[in-house]
Amino acid sequence: MQIYLPIAETSVNAFTLLGVGGGVGVLSGMFGVGGGFLITPLLFFIGVPPAVAVATGVNQVVASSISGVLAHLKRKTVDLRMGTVLLIGGLVGSIIGIWFFNLMQRLGQLDLIVQLSYVLFLGIIGALMLQESLRALRRSKNPNAPRRKLHTHNWVHNLPWKMKFRASGLYISVVPPLLVGVGVGILAAIMGVGGGFILVPAMIYLLGMPTKVVIGTSLFQVTFVAAFTTMMHAVTNHSVDVMLAVFLILGGVIGAQVGTRIGLRLKAEQLRILLALLVLAVCGKIALDLLLTPSELYSITIPGRF
Amino acid sequence: MRWFTIYIALIFLAALPARSEEVVVGLSQNRVSLTVNYEGSEILIFGAVRRESPLPDDSALDIVVTIEGPPTSAVIWRKARRAGIWVNTESQEMRAAPSFYTVASTAPLSEILSPDADLTHRISTRLAIFEARGSDPRDAAAFTEAMIRIRQSESLYQELDGAVSLQRDTLFNTRVILPKNIVEGIYTARILLLRDGEVIDEAETFIDVQKAVLERWLYNMAYDYPPLYGLLALSLAVFFGWGASALFRFVRS
Repeated sequence: MQIYLPIAETSVNAFTLLGVGGGVGVLSGMFGVGGGFLITPLLFFIGVPPAVAVATGVNQVVASSISGVLAHLKRKTVDLRMGTVLLIGGLVGSIIGIWFFNLMQRLGQLDLIVQLSYVLFLGIIGALMLQESLRALRRSKNPNAPRRKLHTHNWVHNLPWKMKFRASGLYISVVPPLLVGVGVGILAAIMGVGGGFILVPAMIYLLGMPTKVVIGTSLFQVTFVAAFTTMMHAVTNHSVDVMLAVFLILGGVIGAQVGTRIGLRLKAEQLRILLALLVLAVCGKIALDLLLTPSELYSITIPGRF
Repeated sequence: MRWFTIYIALIFLAALPARSEEVVVGLSQNRVSLTVNYEGSEILIFGAVRRESPLPDDSALDIVVTIEGPPTSAVIWRKARRAGIWVNTESQEMRAAPSFYTVASTAPLSEILSPDADLTHRISTRLAIFEARGSDPRDAAAFTEAMIRIRQSESLYQELDGAVSLQRDTLFNTRVILPKNIVEGIYTARILLLRDGEVIDEAETFIDVQKAVLERWLYNMAYDYPPLYGLLALSLAVFFGWGASALFRFVRS
């Protein structure tokens, strides 16, 4: 069954869309990842214009993180003060990202920028994930291997404008969280992702936040930045496709429930390797599209359309 | 002076051949609705040639049917390898190009249509596209051809030689597929009667392609009330995202 997407102005197969949403939903439920970094490139592959894929992907992030953030707020595992600082940075980053996105679209280079960012970030995450899961696998076989120290006193602690973050038990400068927020906001606007994959490691290793508030606080920031970015895309370039979003979200929320069940039963370490390989495969596919001589050197853009 | 002009005009009119053959035309449908599950539609164009005088036996009658979707400006990009990756480097603007263009004919256009007639009536796909002024003509040709090639691969431009069937020099019909990726607007169907490479009669009729009610509403809202549309997108996301997990929690307990 084909469905017509009113903003993308093309038809795609409804089951393919539900499959993309559902498949990524299962993965996100299993591994606790947002999945935006897989949904958006998969949408390119099925022929959704990149501008629409990015803006709609970020809308889908709101749906996939809203219930998580509500649960964490109820459990009080959100550092609201840190979340707000990260959020302020995120909003600024989102504005910068949207400006850059629209500029590149006018110059006809948007597709390239989006693809390049994906190659870069998927490559990094995939490699890190693979390394991390291989290490975890080795550790589970040999429990005496040296562990990495979680909290270290580094340059972050010597910056000005210090602030107390009681929930995290930190007294650090606001500059690093603001900058992290800005970076995540830019990624949200250009790539249509939540940015949890950058935010969570940054919070743990760079800011030294305790793990019990990391997930809640990152979901808090991601949800609001994604909501803001959705609004910005809708207002500045009209590229959010509600019809597409509904199918992705439906597939995604059902998939996430299934994935959570699977995740509880299976050993995650081996599966994490598979996820890492999947991420690297998507990265490789986009990279090949950029590197190999395309079968058609020309492309058409219509001002005001995608 | 005025009388002289009228006199001249009359002489010219008298010199023109009388319209001995006329085309009458019908469409199987003149509305297409782009609904949620739109997968393309087939339009049947049929008609007849009405003639007052006996059939001339020294020349063959041919029919060309064109369907043109609403034209837009467009930018064609050409990729080149820069630092190992393929990037859009050069571009060429098209002043106006039909979003959809089909030429169906009883025989290949080159055999039945003179270049002059093609130029005046702008029948072949190449001539339906207006390049931007002031572009290098040799290079422009490559870009225009690329545009035609890409749109042909998406079935947006079609050249259907021999697709019009003409019976006993009177009744004709052809089928044109409007693919799933068409845009909305008024589509113009032109039916041209040809003899000896010249157009002897022409008729026009229109197909109204519209998004269906819901799609229309969403599209208009996205462009006319973007903040409201953004809020709609967000509330749907919150509703489904939160609603689904609430539902699953309820089912589990």
